[in-house]
Amino acid sequence: MSSVGGKRLRSSIFRPQSLLIGVVVLWFAALILVPTLALANKALEGGFRPFWNAILSSDARRAFALTIGITALATVVNTLFGLAFAMVLVRQRFWGRALADGIVDLPFAVSPIIAGLMLVIVYGPNGWLGSSLASLGWRVVYSWPGMVLATLFVTLPFVVREVVPVLREFGIDQEEVARTLGAGRWRTFWQVTLPSIRWGLAYGVTLTVARSLGEFGALLVVSGNILGRTQTATLYIHDTIEGFEPEGAYAASVVLAGISFVLLIGMEQLRKYVEVRESGQSE
Amino acid sequence: MGIAVRNLSKRFGSFQAVDNVSFEVPEGQLVALLGPSGSGKSTILRIIAGLEPADSGEVELTGEDATNLPVQRRGVGFVFQHYALFRHMTVRQNVAFGLEVKKVPKPEIQRRVDELLDLIQLAGYAGRYPSQLSGGQRQRVALARALAPRPKVLLLDEPFGALDSRVRDELRTWLRKLHDEVHVTSLFVTHDQQEAFEVSDQIVVLNKGKIEQMGPPQWLYEHPASPFVTEFLGAVNVLPLDSVLSMDEVREEAPLPLDLPSQDGPVMIYVRPHDLDVLRESDGRPGWFANLRRLTPLGGLVRLELRLHGGTDILVQLTRERSQELGLVESEDVFVVPRNWKVFHDPGESLVPDYVI
Amino acid sequence: MANSPPALILRTSTLAYLGVMVVLPLTALTTQAFEPGLARFGQAVTDPFAWHALKLTFATALVMVAINAVMGTATAWVLVRYDFPGKSIMNALIDLPFAVPTVVTGLMLVALYGPSSTLGTILGRHGWGIIYEQPGIVLALLFVTYPFVIRSVQPVLLEIDRGEEEAAATLGARPWTIFRRVTFPTLYPSILTGTALAFSRALGEFGSVVMVAGNRPLETKTGPMYVFGEIESGNRHGAMVVSAVLLASSLGILVTLNLIQRGRKV
Repeated sequence: MSSVGGKRLRSSIFRPQSLLIGVVVLWFAALILVPTLALANKALEGGFRPFWNAILSSDARRAFALTIGITALATVVNTLFGLAFAMVLVRQRFWGRALADGIVDLPFAVSPIIAGLMLVIVYGPNGWLGSSLASLGWRVVYSWPGMVLATLFVTLPFVVREVVPVLREFGIDQEEVARTLGAGRWRTFWQVTLPSIRWGLAYGVTLTVARSLGEFGALLVVSGNILGRTQTATLYIHDTIEGFEPEGAYAASVVLAGISFVLLIGMEQLRKYVEVRESGQSE
Repeated sequence: MGIAVRNLSKRFGSFQAVDNVSFEVPEGQLVALLGPSGSGKSTILRIIAGLEPADSGEVELTGEDATNLPVQRRGVGFVFQHYALFRHMTVRQNVAFGLEVKKVPKPEIQRRVDELLDLIQLAGYAGRYPSQLSGGQRQRVALARALAPRPKVLLLDEPFGALDSRVRDELRTWLRKLHDEVHVTSLFVTHDQQEAFEVSDQIVVLNKGKIEQMGPPQWLYEHPASPFVTEFLGAVNVLPLDSVLSMDEVREEAPLPLDLPSQDGPVMIYVRPHDLDVLRESDGRPGWFANLRRLTPLGGLVRLELRLHGGTDILVQLTRERSQELGLVESEDVFVVPRNWKVFHDPGESLVPDYVI
Repeated sequence: MANSPPALILRTSTLAYLGVMVVLPLTALTTQAFEPGLARFGQAVTDPFAWHALKLTFATALVMVAINAVMGTATAWVLVRYDFPGKSIMNALIDLPFAVPTVVTGLMLVALYGPSSTLGTILGRHGWGIIYEQPGIVLALLFVTYPFVIRSVQPVLLEIDRGEEEAAATLGARPWTIFRRVTFPTLYPSILTGTALAFSRALGEFGSVVMVAGNRPLETKTGPMYVFGEIESGNRHGAMVVSAVLLASSLGILVTLNLIQRGRKV
């Protein structure tokens, strides 16, 4: 008489390889978890009070305010663009559509430093557009508009890429039904289209926000790396780590990491919603 | 014994999928595991194959204890409902796989694969990929692949479930013929009573993880041991005791042909639609006066919906010839005589002993 | 409907945005990089510092990709096929590198392996430098690209027909044979995609690397760091040339990937 007890395995033909699981989990812990904990440890090394003071220092607060401002602006603009362009890509046919589709993905392939360089070439004081703008008295590069542009560039694809597949899945039928029932274009969009793509949209927006908060390389180039220049949170971290009071850098890093973590949880939840959505609608 | 299974049990969480099941498949026979979904039949098959571990019980293959053997060493051929052909390999590579694993020399593999492709009548298809084959062709290749390494035992999990009904019929006949040629001990799972009847030497009827009854198809049909088996193996009328007690034309010379069980309790009478005779007038035998509500011709058979005098509705099946002979018309009054019926005391009680193999 | 006035406005405005934001800067960079001529382009690329930076970038990216291909696949496998305590937390945290700013990543590694940390001093005593050495760069790249292969392989693994693996088992194949002959052939396109994306990303990584690498010109200066350095010191042409090379490589990889995927679908 034999007895094979225990939990039901996912697959009996691959017996659980504890060694493999162990290696994988260890790799994850060593690569991802431990550095995260090390950061928290370093930041709180001197105690909670100095950590708190570092966060509330005026430099840090100004940096975060700028980051939030730029993030907000970039997110709004690229969400509008993303929604609009997704509609154009999915619902319209025109010459060059596939090309445009490809161009949207380009910012993913560009290093942030190179992105910054490109923007300086175009908008710098001697740049293609920059010179004309300068004569109008508008400084783009080495000032916050340039930073917004840089952030817009690196976060351009997110909303488009997340909305397009959901929009495709959603299908034109419901919109057509709405129109046969007399709904105008705007109402159809608001009451029929938008609700059906809301999870994909939310996911795209979350990715955009996360990316904007973390942008560094392009901002470094575009802001000119001069002493006393306007800093975002990431630039603040870079500048203070070299100096005599690195606690500021660690403190700000922990804050940014914390915000990223919250965004991450949001991303995970939304990802599940989008998956459920897609599998449900393909029935 | 080709396959022997003793006291097999398996539960998934709180669901008892297999409940102390024991049966045997004689060497060289083709036996069907028949039951509704959730009856545990696929689980039993997978346990025999080694794809699932049982909670308790033993599995014996060709006389050897296989309970603790991993699936690779059991020597079973398995055919899946959805073929499970290796998508990225050709037909030849698929069929050769089991032989390559055994490190059979290449020329021998070549020979055996050709032999099998001939057997399944797909000789010219060796270089094709599964995506280029029809459902029926894929299933034949799956069979050849399973048979290539000369398994001790062949297991089939609803092999025709994913096919069109016409292809299904063709393949059923084909499988039976194949088995007659190859004589491998085979066990196959199905929920289709007709399929089990057409293909198998014996049927094991399962319900809720337990065996209801086992036996050759026709014998099972004529001697079902429980209401479940009776109902599962074909259409049947279920009559309450009163209907029978209130039969017409019952008198001393023509008593009620009923052996009531000694215990008390609700009793149901099961009678098949084709075990009822219809006459224009009573001929003295115990029966029922009834009214013909509806007559539906079904090709070679005719279905009659009748209402007995007591109010019970009943279905009768006649051959087309018999129906024409009678010349019946709807809303006519007729007389119905039962030829054969089964009495069950209470759902589950068996009044007929199991067939002994 | 596609050519009605509102649709047209939508199309033109979004295409204009795309043009100004993406096409314009890319064109500007490419033309300016080649403006002084092909010879000058070649000179700038073969400059010893530039050349070394490029080599270092590709080398570290390749090492990272090799490690990630194996560990990423293994991680995806473990997440899909097995259950273990803490699995759902780990699954959620896989995407952490996507969410964390690259500077913060760099700082994490400095906090852990830097000269003022316990681990750093221990390793330093044994002669194993991480920070300000090339291994540090690989480590940073590994962190930043950690999710790429995993998230590429996971969905494919989830979709795989277990029947094929079970069939192979009934035919006598042991687990490694099953993986090699049945599972892997189905899996390798997704592994390839993941590694291509990781490689492309690694070519351009800056924030984490600059924190960790210490900026030594012929030792630990990667391509993007070189570009930044040249911008700072006014050698804009040198910066543009190396940028163009890095861009072409990234784009080349992504375009090839795209074509392969499209070819497969057809």
